[in-house]
Amino acid sequence: MAVPCAIKMENITKRFGKVVANDHINMELHEGEILSLLGENGSGKTTLMNQLSGIYFPDEGQIYVHDKPVTIGSPKDAFDNGIGMIHQHFKLVDVFTATENIVLGLEGEGRLDLKKASEKVAEICARYGFDISPEQKIYDMSVSQKQTVEIVKVLYRGADILILDEPTAVLTPQETDKLFDIMRAMKKDGKSLIIITHKLHEVLDVSDRVAVLRKGEYIGDVMTKDANQQSLTDMMVGHAVTLNIDRPAPVDPKPRLEISGLTVYDELGVKRLDNVSFTAMSGEILGIAGVAGSGQKELLESIAGLYPVSEGTIVFHDPQSGEDKNLVGMDPLAIKKAGVGMAFVPEDRLGMGLVGSMGMTGNMMLRSWRNGNGLFVNRKEPEKLANDIWKELEVVTPSTSFPVRRMSGGNVQKVLVGREIAQDPAVLMTAYAVRGLDINTSYTIYNLLTKEKMKGIAVIYVGEDLDVLLELCDRLVVLCGGQVSGVVDARTITKEEVGLLMTQHRKEGAVNG
Amino acid sequence: MDKEHAGHEPLLRMSKRGELLPAWKSWGIRLIAFFLSLVASGLVIVLISGLNPAAVFATMLDGAVGTSKRMWVTIRDAMTLLCIAVGLAPAFKMRFWNIGAEGQILVGAIASAACMIYFKNLPTPVLLLVMIVSSLIAGGIWGFFPGVFKARWNTNETLFTLMMNYIAIQLTSYFVALWENPFGSNSVGVINSQTKAGWLPNLLSDGYNKDFGWNVIIVLTVTIIMYLYMNHSKHGYEIAVIGDSENTARYAGIRVNRAYVRTIVFSGAICGLAGFVAVSGASHTISTSTAGGRGFTAIIVAWLAQFNSVVMVIFSFLLVFLQKGAQAIASAYNLSQEVSEMITGIILFFLLGSEFFVNYTIHFRGKKVKA
Repeated sequence: MAVPCAIKMENITKRFGKVVANDHINMELHEGEILSLLGENGSGKTTLMNQLSGIYFPDEGQIYVHDKPVTIGSPKDAFDNGIGMIHQHFKLVDVFTATENIVLGLEGEGRLDLKKASEKVAEICARYGFDISPEQKIYDMSVSQKQTVEIVKVLYRGADILILDEPTAVLTPQETDKLFDIMRAMKKDGKSLIIITHKLHEVLDVSDRVAVLRKGEYIGDVMTKDANQQSLTDMMVGHAVTLNIDRPAPVDPKPRLEISGLTVYDELGVKRLDNVSFTAMSGEILGIAGVAGSGQKELLESIAGLYPVSEGTIVFHDPQSGEDKNLVGMDPLAIKKAGVGMAFVPEDRLGMGLVGSMGMTGNMMLRSWRNGNGLFVNRKEPEKLANDIWKELEVVTPSTSFPVRRMSGGNVQKVLVGREIAQDPAVLMTAYAVRGLDINTSYTIYNLLTKEKMKGIAVIYVGEDLDVLLELCDRLVVLCGGQVSGVVDARTITKEEVGLLMTQHRKEGAVNG
Repeated sequence: MDKEHAGHEPLLRMSKRGELLPAWKSWGIRLIAFFLSLVASGLVIVLISGLNPAAVFATMLDGAVGTSKRMWVTIRDAMTLLCIAVGLAPAFKMRFWNIGAEGQILVGAIASAACMIYFKNLPTPVLLLVMIVSSLIAGGIWGFFPGVFKARWNTNETLFTLMMNYIAIQLTSYFVALWENPFGSNSVGVINSQTKAGWLPNLLSDGYNKDFGWNVIIVLTVTIIMYLYMNHSKHGYEIAVIGDSENTARYAGIRVNRAYVRTIVFSGAICGLAGFVAVSGASHTISTSTAGGRGFTAIIVAWLAQFNSVVMVIFSFLLVFLQKGAQAIASAYNLSQEVSEMITGIILFFLLGSEFFVNYTIHFRGKKVKA
């Protein structure tokens, strides 16, 4: 090919045990282009990129950078070849300034000259229009600013090939647009970029070319201008997929969970929820939208009895007995004993929803271990449930005793969601239920949630993808800085309006439900 | 693979195994590690002393199990060590770093000795029962305080239990002075040496193996109970969940603070029982060295067995065997105690290192990985 290649990967193969994560992959990144790397979860995108950034070493194959064969055995090798990766999880020291973080780990001659480094950082920021100041501390920064620091970090080290692993997962639509502008500016400056994302509209928006991986194999690439959402999904999944979420109208909705005046403080005395009020109805999916860290976690944990509530009430209307129960002050055990069927898929799957070191069976027991009298636990029923979920949700694991920590993210989530739905709850709360999941699994989860809704369950769905929130939910509660900035009809509101509500504090007279 | 670039590949690479090894394979790896450790320590012996390693190992074997008396002593000490390790298991499994077994043993031993001295006229079965119960209570109390402080105020249990050890040592000194016999000896001497009141009776007797007896039965019973408790009881499940993630435990409706206190009291109680086993079943006296560092050695046993109390039987024997063997070669060849400790260190190094090979595989340069 006549186009000069920034990166050429030849026959790259990477195996983990018996699993082939990358199977003889041949891929090119042309100089000065933005390439989207698309694929379902577990298709090997991150593994492939980690071999460019020196985290993994390929079992077979050869990597060429600017047409020269290279060996990348460590992150330092990657930097020496001008490759920089911006990971999904930031690796920053909170109490350091932007500049200190940027020069951290760099070896240089003589004394560290922070002033000079700051100037260079400021110069990079000015060149691409980054809005961070070199002296700002990380703990003072928003998520998007932290991400900017990560980007400046690799640019400072002289990278001309940048890899961004799901950079938009934590951003608002407005911040995403800004990031894309920056990416285009970098491209104009002659940099070559690879972006990993699950969001198809972003792929179409920002990239020049799309490469698709499926189950560790390279399926092919298309020019973005020749692609659309449907064609890309079909390539990714391997067969035609309907991308519409079925949204039946709620049947006979009645108040199930009534939250009023909820206010909570964290350990440091910072107000996390401020006078939050809304009602979740039976038979509907209530979406919670908001920038990450707007109080979503605290809200769900307060309802589940895991977060201390300072003021307000959480009233559960029992559909069977017709009784009203205030859940404030109850711990999860008390809530269970009160006969409130509460299912909760927390954001931190392995840190709160599951026991990483145990297998599926042990994790099923989290909800049933107390059952039965006597000193000993019953393993038979959880084992059966584990086997059912294993089959029905097509969980990929060698056995029901294989530690869930060692499963892939999508499978972990299936185990968690499967268990929670199996409880037959009255209220089902999910936090970022599809985060990190591929399209296929995501739609499996959406369908499961809709099925639960049609059973008359009140589903609360905390999400980050506005497109999905607007397609899946019946109503939306928008949170901003711990306050409700609006309760809106998901069928009629636009994405831009929600985006505004997400960033703008409540005004007088705003809609409140 | 492209030949000319093959040279760039690092010589060794490691990767995590994609699946769990079957039990026979993982135990095979550990067994190989054990034999390799013998080879390595043999080499070290030759290099530093010029002795024939085979002879040295034979001396070790002889020192540990060479006569029936030595064998009984090895078994007896292994049982005491096992009892402590079994007691530590629930606390460690819960990620509660109980460094205070030493103190818990001592207070259990004080309680046993006190019963032997003050209730020596009770009938033997009643006296033994009173001793067992009081040593359990004493050890439990020693676990209770760090447990409550951890649950209530989130104090650091490592420091807390460690400091409780010093209190227990001081208490022991006080009681040794109180019960001094004969006067001026600065020791308690053998308690009830005439009547043998409060001594664990012999189970097997061939004349002089007076120490071997009920301690084996008691400790093995405790071991089996602990195994069932940890693997099949609701409490055991709670402990495993808390050890993995406290948040998950709260999510699952486990009352974490209550479980903390309960488990630490239980752990301390079993360590207190080890104090009873040491006093009533072995030394029949008490001194500040009754625990003798076994509270720390037991931590190694518990970790090596990965908190599986049945597997701890093997490792208690191994460690006591090494200790006895080391003492034997130290005296037989005029080697200093440090040499024998080096051998123990080498063996532990190999055993702990083998866990790496259980969890990871190594790829060599140029070798194709089997698909």
